[in-house]
Amino acid sequence: MNSIVEIKNLSVSYGATKALDNISCDIKKGDFVGLVGPNGGGKTTLAKAILGLLPSASEKISLFSQVLGAFADYSKIGYLPQKHTGINPLFPATVAEVILLGVLSTKKWPKKIHQNDWRKVDGLCESLGLSNLKDKLISELSGGQQQKVMLARALVSEPELLILDEPSTALDPASREDFFARLEELNNQKKTTIILITHDTGYIGQYANKLLYIDRKLVFFGKIADFCQSGDIKSCFEKSGQHIIWHQHK
Amino acid sequence: MDIIQILQYSFIQKAFIAGSFVSIACSSLGLFLVLRKMSLIGDGLSHVSFGAIALGLFFGVYPMYVAVPVVVLASILILKISEKARVYSDAAIGIVSAVGIAGGVILASLSKGFNVDLFSYLFGNILAISTSEAVLSIILSAVVILVLAFFYWDLFSATFDEEYAKTTGIKTNFINTLLTALTAITVVLSVKVVGIMLVSALLILPAVTALQISKKFKTALLLGGVFSLASVICGIIISFILDLPPGATIVMLNAIFFALAFTYKKI
Repeated sequence: MNSIVEIKNLSVSYGATKALDNISCDIKKGDFVGLVGPNGGGKTTLAKAILGLLPSASEKISLFSQVLGAFADYSKIGYLPQKHTGINPLFPATVAEVILLGVLSTKKWPKKIHQNDWRKVDGLCESLGLSNLKDKLISELSGGQQQKVMLARALVSEPELLILDEPSTALDPASREDFFARLEELNNQKKTTIILITHDTGYIGQYANKLLYIDRKLVFFGKIADFCQSGDIKSCFEKSGQHIIWHQHK
Repeated sequence: MDIIQILQYSFIQKAFIAGSFVSIACSSLGLFLVLRKMSLIGDGLSHVSFGAIALGLFFGVYPMYVAVPVVVLASILILKISEKARVYSDAAIGIVSAVGIAGGVILASLSKGFNVDLFSYLFGNILAISTSEAVLSIILSAVVILVLAFFYWDLFSATFDEEYAKTTGIKTNFINTLLTALTAITVVLSVKVVGIMLVSALLILPAVTALQISKKFKTALLLGGVFSLASVICGIIISFILDLPPGATIVMLNAIFFALAFTYKKI
């Protein structure tokens, strides 16, 4: 199977603090990886390294079989960041404009927006239930609505790799179910590779097929079924590990 | 004296044309600066332009020719100091701005001959703009506006969410350098319109006025241009009729527009 993200001996430090220590893993096409670990364990740092936001890590990572430093086809990647609290309330950006920013990765300079791009935005708005909000200012939406907009932005370029950093925290239970059903559909039907950072072990057990557990160092990387049978599950998750096992046996 | 008569003076025509171009460059750029919380870079760079103009006068070179490259370099220096020296950007602006003023004061003290020329730049006078200055202002303002148009979506994305913009392949370091370099050019051009002391007002006020009443980014860009243009055109006419300093009149009109927009929003 094609390698989508290959990491070899990746270490990242912030000053004297080591955020990641000698991480290696190979994520293949169609994998749905639950990236988990304790707070401060380096999950977001790893996601940022994969996205090329940490230049020092670029030689240790390959994306789509290309060294990250030389990788340029950003339209293959969709990213939903962890927090949207930083949205500037003064910025007069509409929902449609924010979603459109995801299309920019498919454009070469000078970037021109065509009718087809707006049609893609309209289509996503419709399927995510955002049609009635698309002309509203992003700053006027609730946290859950903003989260949906950011998901639409991540999906609009039809990426082959989706990196989602705690995506469901602001969603209500019904929207959360819809959200994960959509991820499952993308993973099953389009073979979109998904890296999902979350603390929600129930959803990992239900939807992911691989687990990447890091606590600055690599603790486990492999199939969830193997993880459930290993002794790691108890030391990593204690009681909440039962959610994963329960979903695996369902 | 009626408006038709006023418009027949060639110095008024030059002021209108040059002022219009500079005002639109200022308001367009100002919107990005305000939304990126970089409003004070205009203030800092205008102080550097004081030193750069003094340098030009000291060596007997046309001040604008010296000011454009020196202020562009200073703008890049501000970026590098905040990136490399782990200094917040407002502190970096403060450092470079202080060096610019100090350099200007030392050169003025050493020369003892051009103080009157130098201090005329503090408050500007668009009515005294020469043909070569007007041509330079038009060309450089047009360049600034065209560059903003070509990089519109990159600037929009990097201003809305810089980290996300990077993940879509936008070279945000380049965009930041471009924005500050364009600001440097615009600041130098604005010195002739409103003077060193009031340059930042021309960058900030039209943008914040437009943001009071705009529901879309493009509307804010358009309205900012309208407010800026109106303040320059009306400011030139009023200052000529009432014999007021044009730079200060333009800034006061901008402040009035802001007050009106703020009141309209509150009603």
